[in-house]
Amino acid sequence: MTLNVALVSPTEQVWTGEASFVSARTTEGDLGVLPGHTPLFGVLVDGLVSIKGVDGSTQEFNVRGGFLSVSNDRVSILTESVV
Amino acid sequence: MGAQLRIYRRRMRSVKATKKITKAMELISASRIVKAQQRVSASTPYANELTRAVSAVATFSSVEHPLTTPHANPRRAAVLIISADRGMAGAYSTNAIKEGEQLAALLRERGLSVASYLVGRKAVNYYKFRDRQIAASWTGFSDNPTYENAKEVADTLLTAFLEDSVDGQGVDEIHIIFTTFKSMLTQEATAKRMIPLEVVESSTPVDSALLPQYEFEPSAGEVLDALLPRYIEARIFNAMLQSAASEHAARRRAMKSATDNAEELIKSLTRLANAARQAEITQEISEIVGGADALASASAGSE
Repeated sequence: MTLNVALVSPTEQVWTGEASFVSARTTEGDLGVLPGHTPLFGVLVDGLVSIKGVDGSTQEFNVRGGFLSVSNDRVSILTESVV
Repeated sequence: MGAQLRIYRRRMRSVKATKKITKAMELISASRIVKAQQRVSASTPYANELTRAVSAVATFSSVEHPLTTPHANPRRAAVLIISADRGMAGAYSTNAIKEGEQLAALLRERGLSVASYLVGRKAVNYYKFRDRQIAASWTGFSDNPTYENAKEVADTLLTAFLEDSVDGQGVDEIHIIFTTFKSMLTQEATAKRMIPLEVVESSTPVDSALLPQYEFEPSAGEVLDALLPRYIEARIFNAMLQSAASEHAARRRAMKSATDNAEELIKSLTRLANAARQAEITQEISEIVGGADALASASAGSE
C-alpha cells in the first residue's frame, strides 16, 4: 500500500506521486501519515513537510502554512507557498 | 502630383501604420493567451483541493460560521468587479461593468446598499467619471495577476465582511464579477456570490456521499476559520486569472478585426488613388492635345 501524495500551491503543482510516509507539522504538533491513516484534516504551520517516496528517497519542502488532508490513502497538502 | 492623389496616399500611409500596430498587438495577445491559460490550469489543482476540503468541512461539521451562514438581515453588499487596465479589447471591460450594474440593481431591489470594489483602470475610470463612490480599487495587474494581488483584494473584502454593517462600513455579502474563459472565442461576464458560500463549484463536481468523515485537527471550527480565507483568496485568484486570459482573448479578437478592417480600407484607398492618378493622366493628356490643337489652329490662322 502506498500513499498518493499531492503537494500543491496556488500557482503550481509542486510535487505529486507515490509515497510510503509523509510527515508535516500541524498546529497541534508533528504528524506522520502512513498508508491506511484515518481521514484527517489538519492546519499546518510554517515548517518542513517531508515525503518519503516509494523508492526510499526523502523529499523535503519548506512550506509557509497550509492544510493537510488525508482520505483513502490520498494525501493532499495545500500550501500558500513553498520556499 | 495632384492634391487628390496626395491626400489618398497620406491616408493610406496612416492606415498602414495603424495596421502594423494592431497586427503587433494581435500577435502579442495571441501568445499571452496561451500563457494565461496555462496559469489558469496550474491554479486548478489547488482550487479543486480547497473546494473539496471546504465542502467536506461545511457538510460534515455542524459548526456555525459567519462565512457559511447567511446574514439574517443583510444591509450592505460588496461587489468586486474585475476589469482590464488597458482598452483595445473590444467590449471586454464594458461587459463586466454592465454585469456589475445589473447585479447592483438586483441587490438594490432587495434593499441592500452596494459597496463597489474595483480591479482594473477601466472600471475605476467608469466609476470616477460618473462620480460614484468606490470602496476600494486596485490597478496595474489585470493582465498578469499574482497570488499576492488576489490576497490583497481578499484581505480587504474579508476585513469589510468582518466589520459590522450597521455603521455603514462593513458588508454582509460579497459578490464577484469576472469574465469566464470558456474558449478562445467565447468569454462571458459572470456574477457569483462568494460569501455566504453558494453552491460550491469546481471543475469536477464533488459528490457529498464520497466525502470522507474527517477528523479535524485542532477542531472543525478552527479549521474552517483558517480554511475559508484561503478559499476566498483562491477563488479571487482563479477569477483574476480567468479574466486575464479572457482579456487577452478579447484583445486578440478586437485587434484581429481592426487589422482586417485596415486591410480593407487600404484596398479601397488604393483603388481610389489609382482612379485619381488615372484621371490626372487623362486630364494632362487632354490638356496637351487641346494645347497642341490650339497652337496648330493659331499658327494656321497666321499664315
